[in-house]
Amino acid sequence: MRSPAESFPAAARRELADVQLRTNLRRATDTIRDKRERVVSELDDWQALRDAGSAAKVDVLANLEEYLLQFEAAVTASGGHVHWARDAAEACAVVAEVAQRHGADSVVKMKSLTTDEIELNDALAREGIDALETDFAELILQLDGDWPSHILVPAIHRNRTEIRDLFARTIAPGIVSDEPRDLAEAARRYLRERFLSAQVGVSGANFGVAETGTICIVESEGNGRMCTTLPPVLVTILGIEKLLPTFADLEVFLQLLPRSSTGERMNPYTSLWTGVTPGDGPEELHVVLLDNGRTRVLADEVGRQALHCIRCSACLNVCPVYSRTGGHAYGSVYPGPIGAILTPQLIGIEKAPTLPFASSLCGACYEVCPVKIDIPTVLLHLRARANEVKAGRLEQLAFRGAGWFMRGRRRFAAAERLARIGLRLRRLPGPLAAWTSSRDLPGAPEKSFRETVE
Amino acid sequence: MFPAAGKATVTVLERLGHGVDFPKEQTCCGQMHLNSGYPDDARRLAERFVDVFGEYDAVVSPSSSCVGTVRELYRGALGLEHPVLGKVFELSQFLVDELGVDDVGAAFPHRVAYHPTCHSLRLTRVGEAPLRLLRNVEGLELVDVPRAEECCGFGGTFSSKNADVSSAMLADKCAAIEETGADYCTALDGSCLLHIGGGLSRRGASARPIHLAEILASR
Repeated sequence: MRSPAESFPAAARRELADVQLRTNLRRATDTIRDKRERVVSELDDWQALRDAGSAAKVDVLANLEEYLLQFEAAVTASGGHVHWARDAAEACAVVAEVAQRHGADSVVKMKSLTTDEIELNDALAREGIDALETDFAELILQLDGDWPSHILVPAIHRNRTEIRDLFARTIAPGIVSDEPRDLAEAARRYLRERFLSAQVGVSGANFGVAETGTICIVESEGNGRMCTTLPPVLVTILGIEKLLPTFADLEVFLQLLPRSSTGERMNPYTSLWTGVTPGDGPEELHVVLLDNGRTRVLADEVGRQALHCIRCSACLNVCPVYSRTGGHAYGSVYPGPIGAILTPQLIGIEKAPTLPFASSLCGACYEVCPVKIDIPTVLLHLRARANEVKAGRLEQLAFRGAGWFMRGRRRFAAAERLARIGLRLRRLPGPLAAWTSSRDLPGAPEKSFRETVE
Repeated sequence: MFPAAGKATVTVLERLGHGVDFPKEQTCCGQMHLNSGYPDDARRLAERFVDVFGEYDAVVSPSSSCVGTVRELYRGALGLEHPVLGKVFELSQFLVDELGVDDVGAAFPHRVAYHPTCHSLRLTRVGEAPLRLLRNVEGLELVDVPRAEECCGFGGTFSSKNADVSSAMLADKCAAIEETGADYCTALDGSCLLHIGGGLSRRGASARPIHLAEILASR
């Protein structure tokens, strides 16, 4: 999995300078946020649904081994093949091997964060296999060599004029309209032929049901349905945390997910399949169970709740940081608040030490999370872990020193007097200079409250 | 740092007939350390808090983020348990929910924007308490701030570690406050007010920051 190439503050500074990006983002996140608000508020039992979703995920993680073995047995019994992948390389190798065995030099893909996480397209390209993205937004990014900036709306940072110009250069020479309908039609024409001729389809998964071996995908465009039903061979990759104990649990999650993600009561396409069925859909099904750092996350008692995530992206749309910087600033396929706690845990805190600090701890993410991931608490936990490996000596000394001043009444009073001098300055020195870059200081009070009392 | 809010808190509580004590051994609740990833230092300050305040019937503070730290995070993030933690209240919450008072007999003839700080909204969960108090202040005109519930961008050390993002959030917040034509912006946290006030001043805006306690103490 890709590690952030630079620190969050540095990446954020660059993204903030892009006014077009901020306008696109704001408009898009506002729209989805308002839709979510409306459809969530119409359910009286929303909090009970969140509790049920959270409880199911706690159960899955507490008994993961058992559920995984149950899932494997059920998939195998219904005619599918299960592969266990410790890391990205093992998962990619399975897909390449399946494609090569069928003589396929290309595969059609539906949108999948998990395949982005393992950089499947690059791995397949190295084997001479071309992976075509069939989700509208993913196609846009692939055509332009760009990468996703939002979990649900990967091309949220692009507007339709930019997309029209891109299509004119690539799949639809001569297109002049930037109407959504015409852009969609251009993509449809391009993709339809590929669906019909593909030998191998590749998908991720929203849920895997341990009880039955059923795989579930929810989507909006129908391209996923085509990827999973038209090619004779299907490879589905799912993270090991995607399991649900029973088929009945889908009742909860199919309410939580669409309302939280697209702000719809129900998503347009819900596909469920169990193994293979002669004469209906793929003849050969491969299921890859991916670890890639997840068992390491599971070992952390506080941090493991990040594995509850169902990738709805509600936390991105309400995040005041994400809505200013966009997803690229997070340097990972998992952006926003969930990315700030998931990425450092999946790849190791030392590789993304600034991400847990990319939050003002406002708590809006926790409030909307459909499976009640307490993101602020996990952020605090990861900040402590980041400091253990990465904090500068000067910062550590400053905090230790501040702690010492705060543990004695006289020392604390002396520090307050010192702070009052600081408040008189127009520009603060050293690391505090960032404060006065955009804010004036209020001037110093004559006496502290303590001095008034004493 | 913000003596006016402390003095005003005492004024309001005494006006309502309550005895107020300021335990001089108190220092800092440790929020900064906890939020910045130094839980061991925070724990030592939390233990000190319990030592100093352990015997009181009620502990009242005009800072919702400090109250949230003590009441919610000492247990949730530091694993500290003590009966006094449940008796720590943010001022407006104490007045409205504990004392059943929503009119403190204050007068403040100005246009006021209320900023619901993130910690008062989502950690300390003060609900309608501050608004009920403000609506009963004589002469006060309460205005609605667009996107009121969005963070101002302070976030403790976030404001310097991620100064650019923090400033972008602050700019939007200040613009929203200016749009209301308010004379004052009030809130339950001195730190957010320091940030917002600093931003308003830098923009040359006429709106000034003021702590809710100061409004309630005015007459």
